Amino acid sequence: MKYIKSTCVPLNIENVDTDQIIPARFLKATTKEGFGDNLFRDWRYDKQEQPIADFVLNQDTYKGEVLVAGKNFGCGSSREHAAWAIGDYGFKIVVSSFFADIFKGNALNNGILPLVVSEEFLAELFADIEADPSTSLEVDLETQKAWISGKEDNKQSFEIDDYKKMCLINGYDDIDYLLSLKDEIAKYEANRAYTFNV
Amino acid sequence: MSNNKPRTLFEKVWDSHVVQRKENYPDVLYIDTHFIHEVTSPQAFNGLRGRGIQLARVDQTWGTADHNVPTKDQHLPIKEALSRHQVETLTKNCDEFGVKLYGLGHPFQGIVHVIGPELGVTQPGKTIVCGDSHTSTHGAFGSIAFGIGTSQVEQVMSSQCTLQNKPKAMRIVVDGELQEGVSAKDIVLYIISKLSASGGTGYFIEFAGSAIRNLSMEGRMTVCNMSIEMGARGGIIAPDQTTFDYLEGREFSPKGEEWEKSVAYWSSLPTDEGATFDAEFVYNAADIAPMVTYGTNPGMGVGVDSSVPTPESESDKKALEYMGLEEGESLIGKPIDYVFIGSCTNARIEDLRAVAEFVKGKKKADGVNVWIVPGSKQVEKQAIAEGLDKVYAEAGFELREPGCSACLGMNEDKVPAGLYCISTSNRNFEGRQGPGARTLLASPLTAAAAAVNGHIVDIRKELTTA
Repeated sequence: MKYIKSTCVPLNIENVDTDQIIPARFLKATTKEGFGDNLFRDWRYDKQEQPIADFVLNQDTYKGEVLVAGKNFGCGSSREHAAWAIGDYGFKIVVSSFFADIFKGNALNNGILPLVVSEEFLAELFADIEADPSTSLEVDLETQKAWISGKEDNKQSFEIDDYKKMCLINGYDDIDYLLSLKDEIAKYEANRAYTFNV
Repeated sequence: MSNNKPRTLFEKVWDSHVVQRKENYPDVLYIDTHFIHEVTSPQAFNGLRGRGIQLARVDQTWGTADHNVPTKDQHLPIKEALSRHQVETLTKNCDEFGVKLYGLGHPFQGIVHVIGPELGVTQPGKTIVCGDSHTSTHGAFGSIAFGIGTSQVEQVMSSQCTLQNKPKAMRIVVDGELQEGVSAKDIVLYIISKLSASGGTGYFIEFAGSAIRNLSMEGRMTVCNMSIEMGARGGIIAPDQTTFDYLEGREFSPKGEEWEKSVAYWSSLPTDEGATFDAEFVYNAADIAPMVTYGTNPGMGVGVDSSVPTPESESDKKALEYMGLEEGESLIGKPIDYVFIGSCTNARIEDLRAVAEFVKGKKKADGVNVWIVPGSKQVEKQAIAEGLDKVYAEAGFELREPGCSACLGMNEDKVPAGLYCISTSNRNFEGRQGPGARTLLASPLTAAAAAVNGHIVDIRKELTTA
């Protein structure tokens, strides 16, 4: 992932917790696949398993690889299944003015960019999408800038640490990185000031 | 890093576990204790298999089954096929990789955040992780404990380290005396109502002040348990004599000379005079009323004698609609269908004792279902040894077997759609206790009083009239 341009799916709700992203009863799988079908399950389907017409994922008007969400997205449970569900559904970026920490980490570990923008930019993005569902967001990971297509003069800078940026761009693997530090870890263990009774 | 600079408890523990620090990279943090359970581990074990590697430190890894377990007839196979499969997968994985497992039927089985402390595995100065956000509970002992995702579970399994950005430091001081009937759960619900469900995001919180120091270990665990509900990575409380007294003699606590050395080391951990925090809040314990939540996140809580506040946003309106509550409505007198006393927040022996002491000689109201779910087999055993089971039976309360139970809808214990449950658990999210369930969070005492009255009451009045 270096540059993405996509239309957006707006979910203008604050404090969306991971129990809503993927309810607990769908956490029983022992693999990482197939969670997209149950993304936002209880907002998406009624008790008779019929799609709820006014929920945004059920509206043909809104499509795209970018989910735009209200403040404090991904709070609550640490379940990585939430990130798997978002990725499996086809989103590559989630935009919000604020993310819960564990969700943010889980998203990055699964190649999904949690894009933090200002409250003002988020409000403008929601308004533009509402006025014109074909509104696109463009994101350049290399320069760490995001902008609404046609509004290049108002680019949002976003933060991402060098390591995670490298991982997203190259599809780099955390575990390969940690395994490459084997000697340092062994040295740490040998020199611990205090050995716990583990 | 100067050695003379005053440091916080959090900094001391964190910095002593950094294997590698590089600018603009996450720290490589060494993990002393890794707890695993059935929900967030299977994909990580698959990852190890795919790489053909073993666990880096199997001796520092502990497994239990808790989220999916039934709380009735645990001697029988789990009825629900997917739950059974997930628990069996954990057993197979632990066998194959040599991880010790306190699964169903084991005398140490229970909720991961209850068994760690009661076995003495949780100790001051340690780094502790688990694929569960309420790992923050273990911070009550002066350890750095936090929840991780499954990718990080795999990181720890394969290297005993995880990549972490160091959080900012916050201190929350609660000074003074609590009113009678106000407990640790009320303290933490009060703090979250002040700071909001995102007020602690990006921070690790040290809880301090006389009201915190006066809490038992159980109470401290309740406070740290819910630090995640204000968005914090975790909560931490300085170890002191209360901590040492709790740990001494437990199954995996250090013994003999090792114990003496440990206590000396643990005593060096509290925050130095003059250490600085990135944010600090001070509250007066006497201001805290028994708390109840009215909305769909734990920040939406008020003193029980207050009314439902006016919604400030569309999200707030949606929450009240889901809860079937109106602005200005009094919470006292609100009828309750279910009472759940349990979960990693409030299922320790002290919680069960407090409930039994209150209900002794009383009966539950007609039409209310009351579930008491111990946090572990050891808590269950202790409760029965003390005769609490008889008190519950006389009151019409149902004592079940240990597990996460009605905290979240992964097992058989669910609250039916539209019904109200006053719950000692940590989350009132939409559908958390089952699709459409309406959850009001409260302390064990407030929950027990609701069970007896059939509706929400102010526990302070119940205690003075008793």
